[in-house]
Parts: sequence; structure tokens; C-alpha cells
Amino acid sequence: MTANGVPKPEEQAKLVVRNLTVFYGEKKAVGPVAMDIVGQHVTALIGPSGCGKSTFLRSLNRMNELIPGCRIEGDVRLDGDPIYGQGIDPVAVRRRIGMVFQRSNPFPKSIAENVAYGLRIGGVNDAREIAMRVERALTQAALWEEVKDRLNDSALGLSGGQQQRLCIARALAVEPEVLLMDEPASALDPIATAHIEELINELSEHYTVVIVTHNMQQAARVADYTAFFYLGELVEFDRTDVLFTKPNDSRTEDYITGRFG
Amino acid sequence: MISKSNSREHTNREYELELRRLREQLLLMGAKVEDIINGSIRALIDRDSELAEQGIAADRKINQLEIAIDELCMQVLARRQPVASDLRFLTTALKLVTDLERIGDLGVNICERVLELNGEPPLKPYVDLPNMSREVQEMLHEALDAFVAADVERAQRVIARDKNVDAYYTQIFRELLTYMMEDPRNIFRATRLQSIAKYLERIGDHATNLGELTVFMVKGKDIRHAGKLSDGAA
Repeated sequence: MTANGVPKPEEQAKLVVRNLTVFYGEKKAVGPVAMDIVGQHVTALIGPSGCGKSTFLRSLNRMNELIPGCRIEGDVRLDGDPIYGQGIDPVAVRRRIGMVFQRSNPFPKSIAENVAYGLRIGGVNDAREIAMRVERALTQAALWEEVKDRLNDSALGLSGGQQQRLCIARALAVEPEVLLMDEPASALDPIATAHIEELINELSEHYTVVIVTHNMQQAARVADYTAFFYLGELVEFDRTDVLFTKPNDSRTEDYITGRFG
Repeated sequence: MISKSNSREHTNREYELELRRLREQLLLMGAKVEDIINGSIRALIDRDSELAEQGIAADRKINQLEIAIDELCMQVLARRQPVASDLRFLTTALKLVTDLERIGDLGVNICERVLELNGEPPLKPYVDLPNMSREVQEMLHEALDAFVAADVERAQRVIARDKNVDAYYTQIFRELLTYMMEDPRNIFRATRLQSIAKYLERIGDHATNLGELTVFMVKGKDIRHAGKLSDGAA
């Protein structure tokens, strides 16, 4: 599906999730979840606080392992490659599956250096190559025109919306295939939010985007597919237009119409 | 009740009240429209000009309700961004008022033709017209009840009855044609009666629309133009 709901013939799963369960200590946080996330589309995860949607999102690029006491069962495959397989390097997984967080967190460095950071860590040293990829990432993040004359200024001088787009550029610079976003616009004003949403739409031309959002209208606006989580369970997963006009499960209906939560 | 889950109240009381008010206004409009249709048919059969005049005057209230309901729908859409069953209820309400308003207008048209007919002696005793009227009145009543009760089966029974109304229209038209061929002096009255039969047939169509809208509202499934669109789409 494209953003306007017209199915593409080549629609297929980029990420295949099977039987995924995440525990914090003894307590099950979410799962078991089975889900096919379609490539080059936007999938939104919605649900009340504590429903497990962010935990699920973080398990898609092995970020949960950084949390003490966290245990993961089940299988996630990226183009058929198991990301939890034996001997798989989590850092390599995160290079293919990038992440953008709720609060923009630029490094206290220049705008250009923020974007170049991941490249340098990845061993790219050629100055021309870096400059080219910084420009490309900033362009993709719809920030280039606003910052091209001050690439060496501190990133901390940018507005909140610009900082968030910078973080998106930073994630894009290492050329991931999937972009995970955890409430990327919740700290932004409506105009900056509109920029981010438009950007998400454009990014889905090339990337597979999975976004957690508390704002249901945002899910309805940006996502091709929407998943509703409740009490650690994936309740319903469908095309966004179906989920918001004719949900199957009464819990989905109650949540999105504002009857609880 | 719109659907099972609508029996649960919104966390937001104000929103809940707005939806309740919208429903009440729709029911009020439906009742007023039924009054006009019932009155216009009685005016026809009893040759009651006073009743016909009343029907024409009552249409103003229906038009006011149409505007009030449209406004309320716009407000809820703008301020609450309804989804799922609430969204279906809102879009159904917007269409429902159009059908109801048209039914009211057709009732007024019947009253106008009745006034013209009452200036002349009766053409013939009515046989099929009262039967057709009863069928249409029942369809309208049932369609409104099905909407109130969110009853899909009842709505579908209304839809099925439309073919009876169409059959009555064909029958009445054929009969009136014979009167007109017999004597040109019958034409004035026969064409008035033919118009009334046509208005009734149209009311049946609008009642059918109400039934289809109710099915969509409850099940989220569009059953309009069944079979006629299937060549290209499904």
C-alpha cells in the first residue's frame, strides 16, 4: 500500500516477527507477537501507556538487551536473516535497523559532525565521501536547505523540530533499511510535527518505517498499517484505513473511540 | 445504541453528550418526517385540504432540523475527530438528514397535488393508491426503527420491500393511462395522481437508502448498488 491506500503489487514483508515475547525479570512485558512488517511502508504501533508497544519496538533492533534483566524469546527476521541468531552482532543489526527517539538527542558537536558520527564509527574516513553522505542524509531528512550555510555551528542551536530532523539524518547517514521511531514528534509543536510527518511519508519511499505514537490521529495520518497493543498483547493489526473505520476487536474500538485509556 | 461498544460511554463526557444530542435530533427529525407523510396520505384519501396545508407548513421545521443536525455533525467532526463506529455514525447522520429532508419535500409535493385534486371531483375510487401508501409508510417507519435499534436484519427487510412499491407504481401508472386514453378531460386529475404515485415510489427509494445506511453504520459494510458495481470492482 502507498500512503493513499493503493496497493502496490510488490508488497512483501521486510521484518517477520514470530512468537516474540519480552520479559523484564520474571514479568512478561509483551507477547507472544506475530507480525509481518511490510517493506517501504509505515507501520504504526498504538496503545495505552504500558501496553508494551515501545518494548516491542526496541526488540526489533535488539535495543532491549541494554536493559538489565530483559529476556527475549522468539524470532525476528530481517529479509530472512534472524536478528537474534547465534553469533549475530547486535551492532550490525542496528546498522541495518536504525532508531530515532522521543527526545531529540543531538551530540554537543557541529551539525555536520552529528550526522557524520555513525559513518566515522563505521570506519568511513574519506572527507569527500563523508561530506557527500552528510548532505544526502540532511537532504533526506528535509533539513539541508535550513542548515547548509551553518554546518559547522553547534547542533544544540537548532530548534526542537530541527534537532529531531537532525537525529533522523544521523540515523539515515549509515543507510539503514529500517527506521524505528519512538514517539518522534511528541515533544514538538504542530508545525514541526507536520514537518516530521511529511518526512516520514517521504522516507517510506526508500525505508521501512515503524513508529510508536500516542497520538492516534498521527497514526491515522502517517501509517499504512497500524497495530494496536493492549496489556502486552497485540490485539489487532490491519491496514490503517480499516483499523480506524472498521476495527474487528471491541478493545480496539473502545480504545480508538476514547472509551477507555 | 449504535453498536455493542457504543453502550459504553466515552471517557470524555462532553463528547458523549454531543453524540447523544445528535441522535435525539435525528430521531426528532425522523418523527416529523413521518408525521408529514402520514398527514399527506390522509389528506389525499380523505380529500382534506386543511390537513394538506398543515403538511406544507410543517416542512419548515424539518428544514431547520436539517441545518441544525448538519451543523452539529460538523462541530463533532472538527472537534473530536471521531473514528470507527463513531465515525460511521457521524457520516451516516450526514447522509440520513439528506434523505429525510427529501422525504419531507416529497410529502409537501403530495400535499400540493392533493390541493389541486380537491378543486375537482374525484376521478375514481382509490384502490391501489392506499395500499401503496401503507407499504411506503410502513417502510419509512421500519427504516427509522431499524436505525434507532441498529438492527441490520430489520433494515434489510425494509430494503427488500422496495420492489413491492415499484410494482404498485407500475400498476397504478398503467391504470391511469387507460383513464387518460378514455377521456382527455381525465388528464389533469390522472397526471396529479400519477405524480403522487411517483412521489410515493421515491419515498420508498429514500427509505431503502435509510436501510442501507443503517447496515453500513452497524457493520461497516457498504451494500449500496449491490451487483451493479461488481463488474469493475469486486
